[in-house]
Amino acid sequence: MSLITNIFEQLINGLRTGSIYALIALGYTMVYGIAKMINFAHGDIIMVGAYSLYVFIGLLELPVIAAIILSVIVCAVLGMTIEKIAYKPLRKAPPLAVLITAIGMSYFLQSAALLLFKATPIPFGNVINVPSLRLGGITISGITIVILVVTTLAMIVLTLFINKTKAGSAMRAVSEDKDAAELMGINVNRTISLTFAIGSGLAAVAGILYICQYPALIPTLGALPGIKAFVAAVLGGIGSVPGAMLGGIILGIIESISKAYISTKLSDAIVFSVLVLVLLVRPSGLLGKKKTEKV
Amino acid sequence: MALLEVKNLGISFGGLRAVDDFNISVEQGQLYGLIGPNGAGKTTVFNLLTGVYRPSDGIIKLAGRSIIGKTPDEICQIGIARTFQNIRLFKKMSVLDNVKAALHHQIKYSLVGSLLHLPPYSQKETEMNEKALEILQVFDLDSEAGTLASNLPYGKQRKLEIARALATNPKLLLLDEPAAGMNPNETGELMETIRLVRNKFEVTILLIEHDMKLVAGICEYLTVLNFGTELLTGEPEAVLNDAKVITAYLGE
Amino acid sequence: MNRMKLNNTITNIIFIIVSYAAVSLIVTSGILSRQMTSLIIPIGVNIILAVSLNLLTGFLGELTLGHAGFMSLGAYTGALITVNTELPEMIGLPLALIAGGVVAAIFGLVIGVPVLRLKGDYLAIVTLGFGEIIKSVLTAMEFTGGAQGLSGIPKYTTYKNFTIVFIFVVITILLIKNLVYSRHGRAICSIRDNYIASEAVGIKISKYKIMAFVISAFFAGIAGVFNAHNIGILKPDNFDYNKSIEILVIVVLGGMGNIKGSVIAAVVLTLLPELLRDADNFRMLFYAIVLIAMMLFNNSGLRERMTSWIKSKKQVKTATGGE
Repeated sequence: MSLITNIFEQLINGLRTGSIYALIALGYTMVYGIAKMINFAHGDIIMVGAYSLYVFIGLLELPVIAAIILSVIVCAVLGMTIEKIAYKPLRKAPPLAVLITAIGMSYFLQSAALLLFKATPIPFGNVINVPSLRLGGITISGITIVILVVTTLAMIVLTLFINKTKAGSAMRAVSEDKDAAELMGINVNRTISLTFAIGSGLAAVAGILYICQYPALIPTLGALPGIKAFVAAVLGGIGSVPGAMLGGIILGIIESISKAYISTKLSDAIVFSVLVLVLLVRPSGLLGKKKTEKV
Repeated sequence: MALLEVKNLGISFGGLRAVDDFNISVEQGQLYGLIGPNGAGKTTVFNLLTGVYRPSDGIIKLAGRSIIGKTPDEICQIGIARTFQNIRLFKKMSVLDNVKAALHHQIKYSLVGSLLHLPPYSQKETEMNEKALEILQVFDLDSEAGTLASNLPYGKQRKLEIARALATNPKLLLLDEPAAGMNPNETGELMETIRLVRNKFEVTILLIEHDMKLVAGICEYLTVLNFGTELLTGEPEAVLNDAKVITAYLGE
Repeated sequence: MNRMKLNNTITNIIFIIVSYAAVSLIVTSGILSRQMTSLIIPIGVNIILAVSLNLLTGFLGELTLGHAGFMSLGAYTGALITVNTELPEMIGLPLALIAGGVVAAIFGLVIGVPVLRLKGDYLAIVTLGFGEIIKSVLTAMEFTGGAQGLSGIPKYTTYKNFTIVFIFVVITILLIKNLVYSRHGRAICSIRDNYIASEAVGIKISKYKIMAFVISAFFAGIAGVFNAHNIGILKPDNFDYNKSIEILVIVVLGGMGNIKGSVIAAVVLTLLPELLRDADNFRMLFYAIVLIAMMLFNNSGLRERMTSWIKSKKQVKTATGGE
């Protein structure tokens, strides 16, 4: 009886962490699909989102809703700016150069945060006040409910956007064939900017939800969730939006079960082993497409 | 026994049958042409012959030995070398080093020799330099041995690719559109070079080309490929004047 | 040809002797503060790390983000030997070095094999993953001291006995430089430049990728052993993703595929934090800007525009002023 409750609790935990990974993974996968690059700095946008929330609520004392919206906007703009400054000039450059630049960007964001806010963890409580739910013998915390609802909504809205709107079709077109899309009259630059904006906005949401669960803000808070979300994106199939969602949830559950039943210390190693396994066995991921190279 | 024996070769990509029931038989020392309209599958055939793709049907034999399932590097060592439609030179390496890289299996010394530059190193490197320059001389590229490969003009890059392929001491040389992007003068020169290569290096040549002057000028035998399958095979005079072939190129 | 080579070799030998003399002088005379003098070992360690990483990034052309992992494997292996056995320095240190290098090399093989089919982004991420796995496992295991790490490692290679480190720095540079200018080196570089063509000329890509990984890992392991026996303490956290990035910055700054550059950059970037002691946070920012700026400069066409601008200025000078 108690074991089943236990497992169920872990599943809920996994769903919760996994949803956050999914939100972040969506950003990775969309950017990879469009710009054919891994935006290493994406994880650190999460951190910027969390710190922004702190600045707006903690320092500027704005109401919660306004702070959240502003944080999302800040991150969206940041994402677009990074793309314009650092990635756009390198569109024709070898992938190695882009990768190094992205790493540099990530480092830049972390060190900027370090300089502005110092390394001491800044305590931050939960600002989302939603009552918890009791189901059977389990208590589902308010924040968990919010996370699940927000993530599901985000997924639905994004899928509709990509499939039903003109801008969404433009995104799909550019990720299929950038040159052809341009010849068809699609503004490639604007489409890419939009993709970065959406991805970064989602990362901001993830950061906000994340910081409501964890006690303190540190400049490196985005790094580990970012990398794990990348593993999730690869697991689900990089370039695939449903894949990012699926990968996120699965990875969250794997991590949760590992922490509970194997070892907290080794749970990270297990998550990364998933990455290695996927890339060895099925590099295109669960829902991704196989790519053949033209010789 | 033909040097290259291909029967019933076929491959599908997803639902598309890119090459189907393809046959070709190239005799030792021949200058053989593979022609056909764009998209017919000619480069795909080359990719099948060199192990880049694995065929789903058919047999490929070089000097009686099957090469299906072998990797590209193994097939090179067995004796098939190639050039590429979109030049694939080692861009950051010099002209000389491009050829020396291809001499990898011809002139060898151990890893320890590499790390410590023990005596065999100097002697073998000198040998490699000589051999590489010898090959480059055939193509008038020896004076540019130190130039970076990416700095060569287009025509010379194409020649370097052929030189590099020859350095692997192949039995069969596959040339993928060697005259692409060349003007009539350069093409004429290339025709001479290809004949020279065949004679001097005693190598069999199978080439893909769109330039009919070159094809008619040097090929001794032709196979026409259309929609992935063999349309006609024979001597250039007959093949190039055949109604079916003309239709394939020009449409109805 | 031979005379040039002889001249080159003589120049190199002279340079090595002079540098050794210079370093000896600095150590024995105490001209520089103890803090600065003690940097000699980290400089040596970073040179070995940068040159070995350059083999993978600059010559093989694959970005790896787990180099610190190899370093830690070597460090822990060597330290475990010297800490847990009662061997005298003459035997203990060489044993630690060999064991450290070999263990790291074995893991280079273990990691190199699965990574064979991957390229570019994926390869980078997987090596990052492996680095994190190594760190994670080292933190979890009891006999490596867990998160607290190992302490009490005998300080065999501090700046006071820098000679052995110097020797290995020279050996590393020599071996890797030799390798690059050999047929194996050409094979490795050809994979970087065009792996499809490389296969087409008979080069077995998997063999040379693994070769590069194993050799690179071996030297990283050796660097780790020197590091461990300089500081005397080892913690898994010291060998994380950030450390791998630090080494990458050195390689990028010095120029990918440029061994001399790696050496100079290693010296500069090891000294810099000391010179900017108080601005430690700025160091991270600086590294980040270096990475981004170098990449943008080299790849966005800016360099070409600048060199042609400089050339046009020169032409104008001779046209107007002239000889």
